[in-house]
Amino acid sequence: MFDALQAFLSGFLYDWLAVLITLVIQAVVVILPIMLAVAWLTYAERKVIGYMQVRMGPNRVGPGGWLQPIADALKLMTKEVIFPNQSNKFLFIVAPVLSIAPAVAVWAVIPFSPEVVVSDINAGILYVLAVSSILVYGTIIAGWASNSKYAFLGALRGSAQKISYEIAMGFALVTVLMIAGSMNLQEIVEGQQGGIWHWYLLPLLPMFVVYFLSGLAETNRTPFDIVEGEAEIVAGFHVEYSGMTFGVFMLAEYAMMILISFMTAIMFLGGWLSPFEGIPVLETVFAWVPAFGWLAFKVSFLLFVFIWLRATFPRYRYDQLMRLGWKVLIPVTIVWVFVVGAMQYFKVGPWFN
Amino acid sequence: MTFEQFIFYLLGAMAVISGLMVITVKNPVKAALWLVLAFISTAGVWIMAQAEFLGLVLILVYVGAVMVLFLFVVMMLDINLAQMKEGFTKYLPFGAIAAIATFAMMYMVLGPAHFGLEVTGNPVQHPADYSNTKAIGVPLYTTHAYAFVLAAVLLLVGIVAAIALTLRRRAPKEVLYQDINKQNKTSVKDRLTLVKMDAVVEKPVASKGEESK
Repeated sequence: MFDALQAFLSGFLYDWLAVLITLVIQAVVVILPIMLAVAWLTYAERKVIGYMQVRMGPNRVGPGGWLQPIADALKLMTKEVIFPNQSNKFLFIVAPVLSIAPAVAVWAVIPFSPEVVVSDINAGILYVLAVSSILVYGTIIAGWASNSKYAFLGALRGSAQKISYEIAMGFALVTVLMIAGSMNLQEIVEGQQGGIWHWYLLPLLPMFVVYFLSGLAETNRTPFDIVEGEAEIVAGFHVEYSGMTFGVFMLAEYAMMILISFMTAIMFLGGWLSPFEGIPVLETVFAWVPAFGWLAFKVSFLLFVFIWLRATFPRYRYDQLMRLGWKVLIPVTIVWVFVVGAMQYFKVGPWFN
Repeated sequence: MTFEQFIFYLLGAMAVISGLMVITVKNPVKAALWLVLAFISTAGVWIMAQAEFLGLVLILVYVGAVMVLFLFVVMMLDINLAQMKEGFTKYLPFGAIAAIATFAMMYMVLGPAHFGLEVTGNPVQHPADYSNTKAIGVPLYTTHAYAFVLAAVLLLVGIVAAIALTLRRRAPKEVLYQDINKQNKTSVKDRLTLVKMDAVVEKPVASKGEESK
């Protein structure tokens, strides 16, 4: 469809302009639904946590509170953006941009169903890892440019946490590409064909847990949200931000949550594949579910787990968090790299034949 | 102009401008951030040259990890710029000589005579499914295995040395240490004692002036 559009545009425009316009349209087609998903994810979070704590959650704006995200967005957009005294104005504005830009740029390589992907590149996993590693700068610069002690402490904590957990995350990805033999996300999903016991969830169960925990830490979600430990440092790196500049940080955080869920679903839960492949009756019963339906179901479940954990666990202490990352998760991943190597060499299970 | 050329010139311009800004801006934090931009645009140029593995690893390692640590250090510094500018004119001739000498040497080795299509020939066009990750990985672990292992050992020595230099136990009076095992092993019995007490029934307090009204 987009190839046809590009061919049509290049009929009367410069070649590069036609490509650029097509790319912008593609980007909008991907980013707009994600931003909408982010908006209603905040609503879902407040509702779910509300019910878990025997409250109603937001229920005033629109039927059942369904228009709450729009009200929130309008409120944030109309609020004044306050610049702290002697802050670095340019970097103060750049920081939220730097945190939202990678969070949406990552979506370029995420496949939504077979062949539905903006850019089907060979090094998909590496791209996701590289681009999400740029996210740290949003945190650091926000903390530094605010000219505030609390914001700076929050930024130091946050960035140290992010780069620590990125290592565990990278190792978890290494095991995935060892099994799949490819860094292309579509090929990784296709490698898990053949029902639930062919998913990488089973041979990589510890890696699944490690990846999801690191994802929690990367997105600063409870129990790892010491970046904004209210009791200690007020609200962390974005304490000086107000209005939409603050809203952009939240957008980035929730977009990254959805991204982590997508990546977990694609790499460990068989992406858009049905869990009932190869099971006689169930396969035909569930044949009507579209490919994206399964992916959306898995992603929604993982997002629910994000919210569930937030409603359940208290915050980690900072030294406990660092200990978990460096002394528990990273050794586990390194051991599992060797385990996967051995399983592959001796052809254990249905995954390595 | 094709779209590839447009992107190439854009990234090239970004790399050159950000490289210049690194050495001209006054604020060291901003200089570090310009360096990050220089890395990113260089990675983009590498990806344009079909070296996507190297480009992405450049971003992952240098932008994602090295520059973050660099920024940590730079942010903590309290640099007095006026003091640093002191004696600028005094040292200018030496600096200029060193710069010219360096530039001349680099020109001899990396000058335009060594580049261009006449020297290198047309670059090989790889098909879309060509994996340059494999193209790097296979020689790295076969022909260059010893050099690779040696580099890894060097890095390990660096890690061990850095930890050995900085790890020291200070007296418990100065620093409080956490013993995680001990913390995990504590149970309710160690921390909490329940005391059985008789219920105390309070006698009604003799009513005061404001309560009786």
